[in-house]
Amino acid sequence: MQALREVEGRAIPLGLKNVDTDVIIPAHWLKTITRDGLGRGAFEALRKDPGNLFDSAEFKGSPILVAGDNFGCGSSREHAAWALLDLGITAVIAPSFSDIFSGNAFKNGILTVVLPQEAIDRLMEVAQTDPIHIDLEAQTVTTPFQDRFEFEIDPFRKHCLLNGLDEVGLTLARDTAIATYENKSRAELPWLAKGTGVAA
Amino acid sequence: MTSTPRTLYEKIWDAHVVETRDDGTSLIYIDRHLVHEVTSPQAFEALRVSGRKVRRPDLTLAVPDHNLPTTARRDAAGKFIPIADPESAQQLEALTRNAPEFGVRLIGDADPEQGIVHVVGPESGFSLPGATIVCGDSHTACHGGLGALAFGIGTSEVEHVLATQTLLLKRSKTMEVRVEGKVGPGVSAKDIVLHICGQLRASGGTGYVIEYTGSAIRDLSIEGRLTVSNMAIEHGARAGLIAPDDKTFAYVKGRPYAPTGEDWDRAVEWWKSLATDPGAVYDKVVVIDAADIAPNVTWGTSPEDVLPITGTVPAPESFEDPSKQEAARKSLDYMGLEPGTPLDQIEVQNIFIGSCTNSRIEDLRAAAAVLKGRTKAPNVRWAIAVPGSGLVKRQAEAEGLDRIFIDAGFEWREPGCSACLAMNPDKVPAGERCASTSNRNFVGRQGPGARTHLVSPAMAAAAAVTGKLTDVRTLA
Repeated sequence: MQALREVEGRAIPLGLKNVDTDVIIPAHWLKTITRDGLGRGAFEALRKDPGNLFDSAEFKGSPILVAGDNFGCGSSREHAAWALLDLGITAVIAPSFSDIFSGNAFKNGILTVVLPQEAIDRLMEVAQTDPIHIDLEAQTVTTPFQDRFEFEIDPFRKHCLLNGLDEVGLTLARDTAIATYENKSRAELPWLAKGTGVAA
Repeated sequence: MTSTPRTLYEKIWDAHVVETRDDGTSLIYIDRHLVHEVTSPQAFEALRVSGRKVRRPDLTLAVPDHNLPTTARRDAAGKFIPIADPESAQQLEALTRNAPEFGVRLIGDADPEQGIVHVVGPESGFSLPGATIVCGDSHTACHGGLGALAFGIGTSEVEHVLATQTLLLKRSKTMEVRVEGKVGPGVSAKDIVLHICGQLRASGGTGYVIEYTGSAIRDLSIEGRLTVSNMAIEHGARAGLIAPDDKTFAYVKGRPYAPTGEDWDRAVEWWKSLATDPGAVYDKVVVIDAADIAPNVTWGTSPEDVLPITGTVPAPESFEDPSKQEAARKSLDYMGLEPGTPLDQIEVQNIFIGSCTNSRIEDLRAAAAVLKGRTKAPNVRWAIAVPGSGLVKRQAEAEGLDRIFIDAGFEWREPGCSACLAMNPDKVPAGERCASTSNRNFVGRQGPGARTHLVSPAMAAAAAVTGKLTDVRTLA
């Protein structure tokens, strides 16, 4: 995973609430067995409009997306995160995110920034004309007009994002703890250790 | 032992903590992992690339469901009919190759038990009360109807669970949604959960695990409870839970992967201990009077856009929140609806009975009870009944339900996710409406431009008969 310290650039002022994962990447794009190339299907329905933001000369390739409440609601498809990455988006700013989407985004090195609606309103305004700067280390979003918004982020997620750490590798290093749990569980709740019966 | 009263969620969580870190996140052990063809190829590929193996293949079960065609899978001579769409075929091939390569049991497309993962899990006894269950699919919340802590995960998490049998999680907040009293005639589990979607809105459950309680929930069959918990994600909650009780134990007992003998007795004893303790505190409580719930339909493009069938299409200005007004305008435009139109005057051209929400035997019985002796209206162009699994299909056929559907003008299909998300050939044409027993009415969900109205199986059957959204209570 790519380390992420700062995101700087134009922000696509999408603003919509409840942007669901079917809007981000419709189901017929999910028939892939790789993670690449999904940018073509990203926001497909919105991009049928020739005047859409995503393909405009001004916002094409912008690294930041500003959206309304409950961004990424709906399905668990990680393709939504892959589609954003393929479009070049590495940070999304919104008042709230669906739990599954924010996890998927994090695991792909996309920063999800939660800010109150007033801040979103201001950023929507700035985004029309000017770039936005996100500093993960300092946990701030700033604009060329002296706006400065601080955001909260889970310390573990911050650490992983800043260093581009692979979570699977980190957990595999906890093998002893996992094996200890399995032994305890096998003694206390033995039926849970018996799954389909194939060789473990 | 802790003396603090705990909720059902907290008890299951505590029993699965491998370790807790200083920042409050915990490594949680996963007991059951369901895998399907759409969200797993990239996870298996990542394992292959990094030379990692599946830690517990015996706790993993693979079933293709999302893009299998629901038309006949074998020709008259019993020969397998190849899947026409090359990309769907490629995903199926990937699963069929990956499962044996990593030692995971596969219920393949030709197996009699094949079906939707969320139907197969409970039906096979693989999903158990008190277990932690994950799948790369947001409707995994479904298994919470058995009292399992079940939730959807993304593909990176699928990889994480395959490699480590754990997930790194933060404890969720808890919400109790208590539905007290008796529901009226014609009101099903689907109507209960659609009502909850309307009350909590699409994000009201975000950050919470919801426990559905109250007499109306206890009165539901296990099938009904699976339907309610299935849609927890539609109000933003990653997981829903319903306390396991005698009905649950009777449902689980004797299923192929269910515990037996001494294990069974110990399991039941533990399951009984999981119920929320008196005095345990939820972070939020929502109380609903079952008598307020009517047969519901959705009018917009979010499951929160729901009203009783006796209502009318709302005006965007009727919403307080300006952004909701804007969303409602967009929804009505997409849905081709005018404010003030009575919901029961909306004509539908398509009927879909199926999906992980409503494709179990009880759902098919409820629809068939309405369809018996009736036929679909002439304006209903396409009506399909898609059983949730091969076992449900054969059970329905043994009861003669397939004949009722066929005689009513329905197509009787092979199991799969089908027109719920239209990844296979089952799509609703642009601009047409579908009365659908599925779980999402999002823009384009059932096909580009398709207009979805979410309803219960009985309501979908009623719509098929009259050709428009219909209050099933008016069909004597």
